[in-house]
Amino acid sequence: MDKFSYVNATSLKQVTSLLSDSGWGEVMMIAGGTDLLSELKEYIETPKTLVNLKTLPGMDSISANASGLKIGALATVADIAMHPTIQQYYTVLAQAAASVATPQIRNVGTLGGNLCQRPRCWYYRDETVNCLKKGGDICYAVNGLSKYHAILGGDPVYIVHPSDIAPALIALNASLKIAGPEGEKTLKVEEFFTLPAANPFRENVLEPNEIVVEVQVPQPKPNTKSFYLKAREKGAPDFALASVAGVFEMMGKTCQTASVVLGGVAPAPWRSAEAETALTGKMINESVSMKAGAEAVKDAQPMNDNVYKVTLTQNLVSRTAMMAVS
Amino acid sequence: MSDKEKEEKQGTNISRRSFLKGVGTGTVAATVAPAILVGDSETAEAQTDGAVSTAKIQLNINEKSYQIEVEARTTLLTVLRDGIDTGGNGVDLTGAKLICDRGECGGCTVLVDGKAVYACMMLAMDAQGKQITTVEGIANGDALHPVQEAFIKHDAMMCGFCTPGFIVSSVALLNENKKPTIAEIKDGLSGNTCRCGTYPFIFDAVETASEKM
Repeated sequence: MDKFSYVNATSLKQVTSLLSDSGWGEVMMIAGGTDLLSELKEYIETPKTLVNLKTLPGMDSISANASGLKIGALATVADIAMHPTIQQYYTVLAQAAASVATPQIRNVGTLGGNLCQRPRCWYYRDETVNCLKKGGDICYAVNGLSKYHAILGGDPVYIVHPSDIAPALIALNASLKIAGPEGEKTLKVEEFFTLPAANPFRENVLEPNEIVVEVQVPQPKPNTKSFYLKAREKGAPDFALASVAGVFEMMGKTCQTASVVLGGVAPAPWRSAEAETALTGKMINESVSMKAGAEAVKDAQPMNDNVYKVTLTQNLVSRTAMMAVS
Repeated sequence: MSDKEKEEKQGTNISRRSFLKGVGTGTVAATVAPAILVGDSETAEAQTDGAVSTAKIQLNINEKSYQIEVEARTTLLTVLRDGIDTGGNGVDLTGAKLICDRGECGGCTVLVDGKAVYACMMLAMDAQGKQITTVEGIANGDALHPVQEAFIKHDAMMCGFCTPGFIVSSVALLNENKKPTIAEIKDGLSGNTCRCGTYPFIFDAVETASEKM
């Protein structure tokens, strides 16, 4: 790691003013640090100053009532995974959080950090490679090794978004509160993430002087069933090869509304409107769920090494739908 | 190791050779070694926005208090293994191992306020005001912790390099969940890696320990 100086945050106003004039990279925020410190150790980022958000008061709280859930950006991934109300009413979110990394990382990694973590692409993470994401000319995955890369929405940067929590939040129709120098604003989590075609260098709409403050999740209707299915390369902690967050409002075996959001297959969490249409209003059975799986990947454009992701994603979507009736 | 990493490991104002000469005598080591953690004294001044590049911090490790001067970039693991307190004494807790240094292998697992964390991925400054427990602080004096006894009973190690991390993770798991199922044991220890592959013995040891706690 290069040297940096460290400042403990005292207020959101102070944080946004410390960040303001610097653009990206000079002054950076740190919370759990489990992603940022590995970037610093690999010299992917070399900030002069880190602003420690953990000293901001009250931003790690989780509160739930009948209208919904509010989670501070500093709540740890473990707090979310273990929260009884989240486990009971927002099952997909608890399952997604529990699937993140390892106990040691869940104990310190935060909600805000999970949403804002940088891609795991091995070209991006290699200090010696100046890829398109880092301001270079090409995405090396295109003609290089693409086993863990995007099958949807890639052009021109074929990273996949590594967050497990983001697909769950989008499937639950959650919103996100962002603080900046002009004050606070709220937007849907779905609108927070962007594709490389819009901005190849970033994965979300956050400006250099803005900070994620809170996530708000409306309480699902009582007849809702929700699941997070994640395929990993081995039976140990890892990022998703593909994952599905499914939220279904059910009347018996009939799906009244379906929310299907994919992780690990695109540069942003990927809502599959096609799968949702294939399930909505239908009696869920084997053939309907198979159709939904096929619809989810019909526009997939796999690369040299990730054709397997198409079948994997298709089957994960089908299995998630079948879980709503089992 | 890249040149940059070498430079960091050696500190900014001493050469590898002068360091090696220095460790030959205790007094010289005490004056030379802190430079590895602190770097040059110019950077010690606080900047106008309250940012510091070095600081004198107090850490509570295994119920003992340490005053240590660190750079902002110093990890908790570096302090545990290589830290020198302001009185010139080494912290010298080398049970937590520096292996991957990327929060993946679990060799550096310690308890921070009772929860398992990777010491390599926590800045020392962030550990202030918290209770840090390393594998050296798990036993009660000469009486081994039930987890440690069970690891011996089940021969739950081969080379033993990963063992301190597994012990600490097992203690953290059993503190939260007195009677874990085998699936919960596997999940609780999923942040630790054993390249000798002694997992079945480790899982047996944790089961045995859970019966004794």
